[in-house]
Amino acid sequence: MTLLLAAMIGILATMVLALARSFLGPTLYDRILAINMFGTKTVIFVALIGFLMGRPQFLDIALFYALVNFVGIIAVLKLSHYRELDAVQSEEDVR
Amino acid sequence: MTPEVELINIVLFAILVATAVGITRLRGLYGAVMLAALFSLVIACLFVLLDAVDVAFTEAAVGAGISTVLMLTVLALTRAREAVTPRRRLWPAGIGSVLAGGMLIYASQDLPAFGRPDTPVQSHPVTATYLQASQDEIGVPNTVTSVLASYRGYDTLGELAVIFTAGIAVQLILSQVPRHDPDFEREKLLLTDYRVLRVVSKVLFPFIFLFALYVQFHGDYGPGGGFQAGVIFASGFVLYGLVFGIDTARRVMPGRLLQLLISSGLLLYAGVGVANMLLGGAFLDYDTLNPGHPVDGQHLGILLVELGVGITVAGVMMAIFFICADRRAAG
Amino acid sequence: MNASGVVELASGVLVVVGALVVLSGGVGLLRLPDFYTRVHAVGLTDTAGVGLIALGLILRAPDWGVAVRLVLIALFLALTSPTATHALAQAARRDGVHVWVAGDPRQ
Repeated sequence: MTLLLAAMIGILATMVLALARSFLGPTLYDRILAINMFGTKTVIFVALIGFLMGRPQFLDIALFYALVNFVGIIAVLKLSHYRELDAVQSEEDVR
Repeated sequence: MTPEVELINIVLFAILVATAVGITRLRGLYGAVMLAALFSLVIACLFVLLDAVDVAFTEAAVGAGISTVLMLTVLALTRAREAVTPRRRLWPAGIGSVLAGGMLIYASQDLPAFGRPDTPVQSHPVTATYLQASQDEIGVPNTVTSVLASYRGYDTLGELAVIFTAGIAVQLILSQVPRHDPDFEREKLLLTDYRVLRVVSKVLFPFIFLFALYVQFHGDYGPGGGFQAGVIFASGFVLYGLVFGIDTARRVMPGRLLQLLISSGLLLYAGVGVANMLLGGAFLDYDTLNPGHPVDGQHLGILLVELGVGITVAGVMMAIFFICADRRAAG
Repeated sequence: MNASGVVELASGVLVVVGALVVLSGGVGLLRLPDFYTRVHAVGLTDTAGVGLIALGLILRAPDWGVAVRLVLIALFLALTSPTATHALAQAARRDGVHVWVAGDPRQ
């Protein structure tokens, strides 16, 4: 059980790292990549919490989120492409 | 609360605050929408920690899934960068936020500590009555479903009517925005060029729809139910529309079929209620559906009602996505 | 040490190793100099880490329904995670995101 908890701490640390990249990433693609990674970390997080709290029903949520993450990333790719072609990048991105 | 759960809560809340700050500071709106999806994800994790599984499922489905896709389709119709707020608006807005937030924080001091056994929620006889009576009268393991679909059936009918109205309103408003030119697709990123994506998506579709049906009918025994199942079903079609083009998706799911789906779900729900009245009971009193065995009647009623919810939610989400993704920006 | 103790230890070790792999991917996401290298880090470690963690959790699953769900999650992520990162990298290449060469400043 303590090993699961150690793994959970590792997953939380990775979530914070992905969040940092989603703030920093100079291009939009860096942010999309960071959110994608955050999504798969959430899947692992929910599965681990399920086992830590003794509730295997949480795995349905994890399975569902694995799917939604994929659809979301494809949506961002398709719907942002032509707009980013004429948007001005990086330095003006943060107020 | 055990110290491990405390630690996880603190980290998640810190991530939430950082994300909120990031959303307000980013001027590129696509990045802000992705951060909003991340926000919904963290909220879903917090709900999971609080043991509220159905709510977490719905939050992940709606907040991080469909909502993000719909916001992105709408962003494609307007500018992608936030306009600069003039200085004179910053001060009143800031003061208003501080006042509202301060009042909320002050009011939350009166809330009892989390999980204390003597709070009104835990000790009022209503809670014990519902938990006990749900097993006797309805016999469904998931009490959330029994409360949602049977004890508070009017509420859920109202929610479904709200979703129905939203679908119709979006269609009415956006029908004024001009549609894409037929050759617009050629200038944009054509995802059908990506063979890997095409093949993988085709492999995934049957599993997505099967999973939607599983969540729909398993809602009595685990987390799930009509709302989540409808969103998953719509996500399958959203994926199809994104990868293969909106026109191809419209051939599979034509507009008339969508209108039929949207209205038939609500009709099914209200129809069950009317059938109950015709059979001699009150509106939405499922006992009358099976006169000798009221528990079986409740099961049948909940099944039909959740099916109605799933159909309408799926129809509305698909309709809104098809409409938004098909328009081009004005001017 | 009896059989169930060994299984529990093995499952714990697998989960921790999976978490370490995932953490290394996260560090790579921050430290690597350009977008394409970061895609490489995330794509590989996501899939491998989830596979290891799922394998570790299967070993301590209370019944077969839970084990099947874990297998499904692992299969699903093994199918979609590389595809998503591939599509992302290809879209970025089409869009003209700069490819880092040794000697360039960090992106």
